Amino acid sequence: MTTLTPILSRHWGEEKSWSIATYEKDGGYAALKKALKRKPADVIQAVKDSGLRGRGGAGFPTGVKWGFLPEPDGGPRYLVINADESEPGTCKDVPLMMASPHLLIEGAILTSFAIDSHHAFIYLRGEVVHVYRRLLNAVAEAKKAGYLGTNILGSGFDLEITVHAGAGAYICGEESALLDSLEGRRGQPRLKPPFPAVKGLYGRPTTVNNVETIASVPGIVDQGAAWFAGMGTEKSKGHVLYSLSGHVERPGQYEAPLGVTLRELLDLAGGVRTGHRLKFWTPGGSSTPLLTDKHLDMPLDYESVDAAGSALGTRALQIFDETTCVVRAVARWTEFYRHESCGKCTPCREGTFWLDQIYDRLEAGHATEADIEQLLATSKSILGRSFCALGDSATMTITSSIELFRDEYLAHLDGRGCPLNSAATTLFATAEAKGAK
Amino acid sequence: MTYTDEQTARLAKDAAAIIARYPEPRSALLPLLHLIQSEDGYVSPDGMAFCADQVGVSTAEVSAVATFYSQYKRRPTGEYQVGVCINTLCALMGGDEIWERLTEHVGVGNDETTPDGKITLERIECNAACDFAPVMMVNWEFFDNQTPESAAAIVDDLRAGKDVAPTRGADKVVTLKEVSRVLAGFEDGRANEGGAAGGPTKAGLDAAKGGAK
Repeated sequence: MTTLTPILSRHWGEEKSWSIATYEKDGGYAALKKALKRKPADVIQAVKDSGLRGRGGAGFPTGVKWGFLPEPDGGPRYLVINADESEPGTCKDVPLMMASPHLLIEGAILTSFAIDSHHAFIYLRGEVVHVYRRLLNAVAEAKKAGYLGTNILGSGFDLEITVHAGAGAYICGEESALLDSLEGRRGQPRLKPPFPAVKGLYGRPTTVNNVETIASVPGIVDQGAAWFAGMGTEKSKGHVLYSLSGHVERPGQYEAPLGVTLRELLDLAGGVRTGHRLKFWTPGGSSTPLLTDKHLDMPLDYESVDAAGSALGTRALQIFDETTCVVRAVARWTEFYRHESCGKCTPCREGTFWLDQIYDRLEAGHATEADIEQLLATSKSILGRSFCALGDSATMTITSSIELFRDEYLAHLDGRGCPLNSAATTLFATAEAKGAK
Repeated sequence: MTYTDEQTARLAKDAAAIIARYPEPRSALLPLLHLIQSEDGYVSPDGMAFCADQVGVSTAEVSAVATFYSQYKRRPTGEYQVGVCINTLCALMGGDEIWERLTEHVGVGNDETTPDGKITLERIECNAACDFAPVMMVNWEFFDNQTPESAAAIVDDLRAGKDVAPTRGADKVVTLKEVSRVLAGFEDGRANEGGAAGGPTKAGLDAAKGGAK
């Protein structure tokens, strides 16, 4: 049985956990003080040695990503933190920034020091105003304490952090779209290469990292790469936040070493909601193919989930029990991708539009078997042919759900519509059932 | 431009503060549009012309940006924007029932405003609080674990002018104009209000401590 490892989440239960006083009381900013006495390259080496991989979904080794930045040429270089958490099911960065903003700020300073950046940006989605307040406040507190500004703690290192609020667009979670948005444009992805490491913000070398990735850096610097690498599996190292949501007794954030299984997490979370059984789940949000109870004992690390034909993504474990109609679930995700497609490329813009239309027909009971084939054909036309990953993502739950639950699609045909009772899926249905006992 | 001289001078001062945060002025465009919403309640034609002037691009370019992002409203909206998450997980957990109840209760549909100008209803996408589903946002503050009844009561209180507290956030929900000013990057002194974390945020922490069994 894997034990939980509250590291990023360790302060979340404390009074005013977001304040600099609470953070410093437990060794906050100690890593920064340590690092500033050493060389920037030491921080990069520690992160490389730790095996830290990007926590925003792709899982790319963080130290290697930083290593892609060209040698300093005297011009500006930027750290941009992706705090645009919008992937359906993903709900880890927002509570982290609400409760422990200084963990992110310290990570941002350490990373900027490592990559020789003097201006870092936190791109926060605009729809979480209280998180924005907490981040602005944390930057002001850090500045007052001398952790930001010029000649930080007498080291000669200068850094400003700008916290920037977006304005509602899922696509801005894609790193190059985020950069366009941060430059004051429509958030549409850029052609790669050149990658942001070479030409990023304002055409300058830039590294874009997820919130949880950057928040993991202070621990690595403070406790050492070996400590971090001592958690997790051979290739998937360290501690991560697993977010359980949906039909589970105690949904929430569970911080554990990579490689824990869903069965273990469900045990800790009180199991699937009482009286029901697991039907399907997403390992990493709506952009990852659906899995079933066959995968309960699969280690939740990058390699194992890939091998199962899905992806670890953001570890957004959305749990659906047998009351859930898979067609209804996927229809709603499809509507989301149609709504959020940026319109830049044809396969995604047109494809998601038509997929959404077919799901409307399915739910209304007007679809035929040819429509199911059309879903697969249209998905095939999008996958690998769209400009960025959004289009590919839109197809993931469609093709996997048809593969796993074709009979349920067939049950919707020929005027029948949904065979399940939609009211049975709700949280209040759970409460009523408990009250009736 | 129909802004008064006083308005223009005040907004220009704010705009200068925003532009100063960035290496290049155009980066200020998104916060400037939030600023305009804090002035007019939506991204008005006057406001967009003002933004264009401030960052040195055409009004067409500002309009192209403003229409891309869902938080910018092209028509005057209500004082309180009530968003119900209808993405898959929240919808299944009760978001669809909440939406149905609210539209009946308030008598307006998606992106429509009540005649008293108080409430605009909106179907919103995932707001990163899935462990608190079903979720409703009022002016981008969290209202977790809602029911059709609780959602209707919140809207009634807002229309009656009562103070309404989010489940996670500031002590009370402020108006959309006030929130838009914060989103433009101007602190409102409310960062220390509210708690650190809701129950589900701490679920793993509690389990690790051996509690909540």
